[in-house]
Amino acid sequence: MRTTTVVIGAGHTGLAVSYFLSRRSIDHVVLERGEVANTWRTERWDSLRLLTPNWQTRLPGFSYDGNDPDGFMTMAELVDFIDRYARIVDPPLHTLTTVTSVRPNDGEYEVVTDRGVWRCRSVVLASGGFNLPKVPPIAAALPSSVDSVTPMDYRRPSDLRDGGVLVVGVSATGVQLADEIHRSGRPVTVSVGEHVRMPRLYRGKDIRYWFEATGLADERYDEVDDILRARTVPSPQLVGTPERINLDLNALTDQGVRMVGRMAGIRDGKALLSGSLHNKCTRSDLKMGRLLTTIDEWITENGLDPEFDPPHRFERTRVEKSPPLGLDLRSGEIRTVMWATGYRPDYSWLHLPVFDYRGRLRHDGGVVTDAPGVYRIGLNYLRRRKSSFIHGAEDDARDLVNQLAAFLSARVPVRSG
Amino acid sequence: MSKGEINGVDTAHLLFARGVVGDTPAAGDYTWRASNEWVHGTHSKTTIGGYFGLGEERAHKGTYEFEADHPLEFNAADNAATPVEIVLAGLASCLTAGVAAVAENREIKLHSVKATLEADMNIGGILGADPEVRNGFTDVRVNYEIDADDTSEADLEALVAQSQKISAVFDIMTNPTNVTVSVD
Repeated sequence: MRTTTVVIGAGHTGLAVSYFLSRRSIDHVVLERGEVANTWRTERWDSLRLLTPNWQTRLPGFSYDGNDPDGFMTMAELVDFIDRYARIVDPPLHTLTTVTSVRPNDGEYEVVTDRGVWRCRSVVLASGGFNLPKVPPIAAALPSSVDSVTPMDYRRPSDLRDGGVLVVGVSATGVQLADEIHRSGRPVTVSVGEHVRMPRLYRGKDIRYWFEATGLADERYDEVDDILRARTVPSPQLVGTPERINLDLNALTDQGVRMVGRMAGIRDGKALLSGSLHNKCTRSDLKMGRLLTTIDEWITENGLDPEFDPPHRFERTRVEKSPPLGLDLRSGEIRTVMWATGYRPDYSWLHLPVFDYRGRLRHDGGVVTDAPGVYRIGLNYLRRRKSSFIHGAEDDARDLVNQLAAFLSARVPVRSG
Repeated sequence: MSKGEINGVDTAHLLFARGVVGDTPAAGDYTWRASNEWVHGTHSKTTIGGYFGLGEERAHKGTYEFEADHPLEFNAADNAATPVEIVLAGLASCLTAGVAAVAENREIKLHSVKATLEADMNIGGILGADPEVRNGFTDVRVNYEIDADDTSEADLEALVAQSQKISAVFDIMTNPTNVTVSVD
């Protein structure tokens, strides 16, 4: 089978790319291993809601039209939203079609699936950035008496054994799971590394509103100081709830969750905890302070102070004076370790010379290096700070389809090997 | 000191080195070396000269010597600072270098940077008097006093916080490290 462009993945980014390809009348197909919005549909925990409010949940040519603009979509609502979008975009969609290989072939690309082979000049990787759990190698040393669980396996607290749970990592995933697991009666300890603290509301508006209003959400990958770091910053400690609660470490402490340092190793059944907890919390407190100052300054510069609540600063993260440096994983106190240590993309099927020594895709704002005509969408800070959010797909998809169209008209041959 | 530096740290070179090491990770592999010789009693002398880095054997401008001993109440001669105090020297020097480098990068002009350090330890551990007590420090406190041009308290705090993030000795002291000691 032959087409001009193969889009791999029919999530929100793949559909947004298809929207712009169709507007330019570029012949393409969208291949999807499951159904539309498959990851959201099948690989996330039950209680998860979007981190962005409904009014901000929009895709090219489509936006939220319900009666709860300040609410946060549940996974079922989001899947419904993306399903509706798919019907509007009406892409040349092949569901239940799993890509098993992408490789160069005679000046073109060959996309092998379990339902046939496509040949094309251009490929868009819209297969998601969060396909596999990123579990640190130290997990291998966990005593066998303790269950080792990742957020990909987890659906609800009752999936876990009774007893204590050590949640490793305090990004959005870590704090959300720590919160609901602790409420289920399983005492939670959180192991705290680098994290990004953020209030849900600031000066009466959702924090995501401020990112958009101040232009922070649009900051470009080629303008930021340290893009390597920007792309690996953990997701902010936010949760989307109808009550619009804050879910920072102080909120967890108030509930009785215990905070310990970053898990640095496991030796003889004992978790070795870093003595850096004070520094980690200080850094995230200061970083949040700088964010709030940026917002305050923007409001003042624009003469908008009378329109919003007055500036406000939050309590510093409370850290005990000498946090424990070890945790006995054989004492029975901890029954489960939850590795909320991040996700990574699955490129096991991408047979192109496009990876660095750590297996990371080399790309310049989504234009894949050393593979002309191959584009990536849907990674943290791909082109802009907002790239990994639903509303970030539009600008990235438009930019990349523009570049793709220019590539097609320039007729650059595909390098083989 | 190249042109444009305000605190004498060549950040342009550090950023260049970061680029090189990012592109060729093996270039970042360093091996640090020290040799130590017993003098008398608990007094010993450490000599530091060469190390391996950027793909080759390298040498300091000269050899540097560090003596260590133990204080009089241990019935030692107190010819020099104790090893644990030298650890504090390592931490302080590393953090202060970081403060200067980060200040350079953030264009903060430093006038003075002073740190005082304290480390708590119960010697029941090393004396074998109490098997429940660890040998090493239980808590280490570092306090900085920084005089800099036109810099808010929050920015100074951020400077010190960032220097911890990029510090080798802070990492060595807060995280476990495998140590193997052999005898020839």
